[in-house]
Amino acid sequence: MHIHIQHETTYRYSTPAKHSFQHLRMTPRNFDGQHIVNWRLDMNIEGRLKETEDSFGNILHHMSAEGPISSIKILAEGDIITFNTNGIITGLAEKIPNILYLRDTQLTRIQPELIDFTYNATRNEVNDLNKCHSLLSSIHDCMLFDNNATTVTTTAYESFSNKKGVCQDFAHIFLTCARFLNIPARYVSGYYVRNDIDRQTAGHAWAEAYIPDLGWIGFDPAHGISPNERYVRLATALDYNGAAPIKGTIVGGLGEDMNISIHIFSPQDPKDTHQLLIQ
Amino acid sequence: MLQFDEMMGANGQPRVAYQNLSQWLNSVDAQWLSSRREQAELLFRRIGITFAVYGSQEATERLIPFDVLPRIISRNEWERLERGLIQRVTALNLFLKDIYGDGQIIKAGIIPADLIYRNPGFCSEMFGRRPPHDVYVHISGVDIVRTDDQNFYVLEDNARTPSGVSYMLENREVMMRLFPELFSLHRVAPIEDYPNELLATLRSVSPPHAAGEPVIALMTPGQYNSAFYEHSFLADKLGIELVEGRDLFVRDDIVYMRTTEGPRRVDVIYRRIDDDFLDPLVFRADSALGVAGLMGAYQAGNVTLANAVGTGVADDKATYTYMPEIIRFYLGEAPILLNVPTYRCREADALTYVLEHLSELVVKEVNGSGGYGMLVGPHASKAQIEEFRLKLRANPDNFIAQPTLALSTCPISVAQGIAPRHVDLRPFVLHGAKNVRVVPGGLTRVAMTENSLVVNSSQGGGTKDTWVIDDVLTEIRPTIS
Amino acid sequence: MLSRTADNLYWLARYMERADFLSRAIEASRRLASLPKTYGGVESEWDSVLLSSGSAESFAASGRPLEEEHVIEYLTFAADNPGSIRNCLYLARTNARAVRTALTVEMWEAINGAFLEMQSFENRRKTTSKEELTHFLEFVKRTSLSYDGGAYRTMLRNDAYWFSRLGLFIERADNTARLLDVKYHVLLPEKESIGGSLDYFQWSALLRAVSAHNAYHWVYRTSMKPWLVADLLILRPEMPRSLISCYESIVRNLDLLARAHSRQGPAQRQARKLHNQLQNLTMENVFQNGLHEFVSNFIVENNQLGLLISEQYLF
Repeated sequence: MHIHIQHETTYRYSTPAKHSFQHLRMTPRNFDGQHIVNWRLDMNIEGRLKETEDSFGNILHHMSAEGPISSIKILAEGDIITFNTNGIITGLAEKIPNILYLRDTQLTRIQPELIDFTYNATRNEVNDLNKCHSLLSSIHDCMLFDNNATTVTTTAYESFSNKKGVCQDFAHIFLTCARFLNIPARYVSGYYVRNDIDRQTAGHAWAEAYIPDLGWIGFDPAHGISPNERYVRLATALDYNGAAPIKGTIVGGLGEDMNISIHIFSPQDPKDTHQLLIQ
Repeated sequence: MLQFDEMMGANGQPRVAYQNLSQWLNSVDAQWLSSRREQAELLFRRIGITFAVYGSQEATERLIPFDVLPRIISRNEWERLERGLIQRVTALNLFLKDIYGDGQIIKAGIIPADLIYRNPGFCSEMFGRRPPHDVYVHISGVDIVRTDDQNFYVLEDNARTPSGVSYMLENREVMMRLFPELFSLHRVAPIEDYPNELLATLRSVSPPHAAGEPVIALMTPGQYNSAFYEHSFLADKLGIELVEGRDLFVRDDIVYMRTTEGPRRVDVIYRRIDDDFLDPLVFRADSALGVAGLMGAYQAGNVTLANAVGTGVADDKATYTYMPEIIRFYLGEAPILLNVPTYRCREADALTYVLEHLSELVVKEVNGSGGYGMLVGPHASKAQIEEFRLKLRANPDNFIAQPTLALSTCPISVAQGIAPRHVDLRPFVLHGAKNVRVVPGGLTRVAMTENSLVVNSSQGGGTKDTWVIDDVLTEIRPTIS
Repeated sequence: MLSRTADNLYWLARYMERADFLSRAIEASRRLASLPKTYGGVESEWDSVLLSSGSAESFAASGRPLEEEHVIEYLTFAADNPGSIRNCLYLARTNARAVRTALTVEMWEAINGAFLEMQSFENRRKTTSKEELTHFLEFVKRTSLSYDGGAYRTMLRNDAYWFSRLGLFIERADNTARLLDVKYHVLLPEKESIGGSLDYFQWSALLRAVSAHNAYHWVYRTSMKPWLVADLLILRPEMPRSLISCYESIVRNLDLLARAHSRQGPAQRQARKLHNQLQNLTMENVFQNGLHEFVSNFIVENNQLGLLISEQYLF
């Protein structure tokens, strides 16, 4: 599928900032399931964007700009061709031992209620793959999608207790349970092409688990499926904190107002896709 | 349990190293000694050597009790200790380099992978990265106890931001002011060059770009930190700036400090702030103590952090149990300093044994420190033991257990005269780009109450000056007129 | 040096100077307030101290009655008055503790010792007698003397010293100016004929507040005259608390900084401008254009210099 993404993040400050420093994980990598045709990262003020790679192998940009800054617009835009790999991630250089993905984090700490839940969801399954599928459907079934119930600091346990949250909360619950079963699991941030609308106000998030003999496999508890060609994969880490598209600090500057606009769609005309491929 | 007293032998006679001190003690009366004790306290308070105690609003600045009698170690004992310390810290450093790189020790099956990669002290951000000169543990404070005249045991390898060295130095200064006559009776190895050695160590690990004259700064969480006195003391002795996070900023992966003459580049940061607070962009986002972009500058090789980020995995109590194997693996040598025999509760057999012998063992949390979260079996009540039994069953991985050692005692000055108290020793080891060194002595911590084994200053422990003296017996002679 | 260090030194000096001024002002007011009415003793004296220490508004807001006992408590030990002597010493020590390395042992011991002693004064203040208050005020003056002496005798003459001097002189100029601002009416020339000797005690209290009581006689060798009192506090360079003397020192220290950094800035320009103005001024000019106007304007310009120093050096 040919996917076009235009991801705009705008910060406004009522009192201008003296300096802004951001970490951007907004550049996708190629793997067997996605091919980056073109991609650019840009901002509307003078500043510096330096590309590096973090320890998880994500492309990380250090963005810095001098003030006074009353607003910054960060734009990530490009075309990607995706392929359905049934959720299996191949063709990606793995940088870190799989065992490291068993680490728990502040956001994914196991609690007795989550242990019970994991046990009930997976007790009839013998292999890791089936356990993950059971977890996937159990989380999808018991959690209610709610944009206003949680924030970026909500833990898996908190959202699980309220049975409400957004995609990242679902992913955190999956990670917590999978790791409890000793299955290495990681958080994935990215995009999802919806049928109904092409303008979104947030990216998407899901999880990947490591299954011996198969490798890393994606699980999206928010949709209850494994990722297909509608998914674009941006960054992975132990949890949201390590994979967040934008993480930043400002010096000075008050009254921050942030606005995200993601225009994501699949250009209908197959010729466009063809054009892109031969470019 | 027979206790080894460092001054008095089993025969009631003072040991060789203590002969002069013992004679001298017989010649002074208790009242005079306690007047010196008061003088010492006055000196400490005037200089402002205080220690902030968490959770006590009244006395947020407190003095650590100081005992005026020196603890004595003979030169040949020290030499063995020194070799053991250098060996141990060298191995720790190679271990860190290995686990943040290829992980040979894991591949060789010596340490289980999950003990490393799932260790809370392991820092994923450091994986696959190398700090300047491959040095991780620039400064460590290794806690040592002795049980007899032969054996030294390591209790803990403090490889993060060990503190206490200012007390080591100030204790000596105060002793020299109060007891000049005692110094003339002993040949005490000096420690006053520690700041100089520390500076040389920090200079040696500066990034390549700053080979000539690196700018070094000491980074403190601020004046409300319990060890702030030490931070300002060391900055002063080293002649380097004492900075807080807000004094630093990063531009284009280079660290600067704000000075009255504008930004000044910083090459080496001796940081006394925990990993978690270093950089809000990478670690705790709510940290106001750190510097945004610091890790970027570090990873770009533009600044040296001492100690390196992620050394916590090396001084954790679970890793500790593997230290003998770690030393053999990297150095091919037998360990000179002993490890306290340790039961890893993660192992089923060990757990069974521990649960059966709780009243004889010391049980510690793998990641606890400062004497909190620990059970001293022989001194614990039934209720405390049962409480720990539950904790252990719930989460055995989180605990280790050790037999209670018969810690040595040293004399301290008390109201009634002199009495033995349990002590430990924290020597400070400096690992530079080219060599590893230890100043002779260290901080002796002493449990001020009778029979207590807890020497931590946060729980009422005190300190003593520690003397490494030449073995030659110098007699007290009348001066020749 | 670190900007924060400079900032701490600057404020440390300001707080020490402020504590010293407060203790002198309280002492002078006590003297005045205890005089019989026919000698100029008025209750409004306590209002004046509050005004000149800049805490009149917060005092009123605290709901305390305007009586000697309460004003003194407010200015000495009140924890809720950010400008009380206790808080000045406390803040001075906090600043000092943060920059231990930039202080000499003597300076630190002066501050730290004073802090400990102040706590014991504070603990027994409920039983405070008038005599005890005198002891306390003496103690504060002694503290600032030993701190200042420590700085003068032991500090290296580098930017640490210069910033700390800047703080001291800017605070001192501010204090003198505030005192004049509150008391200007007793110094107007026409007062002499009207009030006559009644105002004598006002003038002498004013001089005591800036420890210039004896200096007056040495400088003028004549009986107390209001415009001479004003002259002494504004234009006499030999008087250490006069505005012009403060500015001489401010300009000198800023010049030393500029030379060491090979860089001049708005702070140097502002200081020179003010110093020039003072040098070219006579008391006739001042009275012609209004003493009150002159002093209020000076306070604003002096504050402005403080801001410029912050911007230029302290971020």
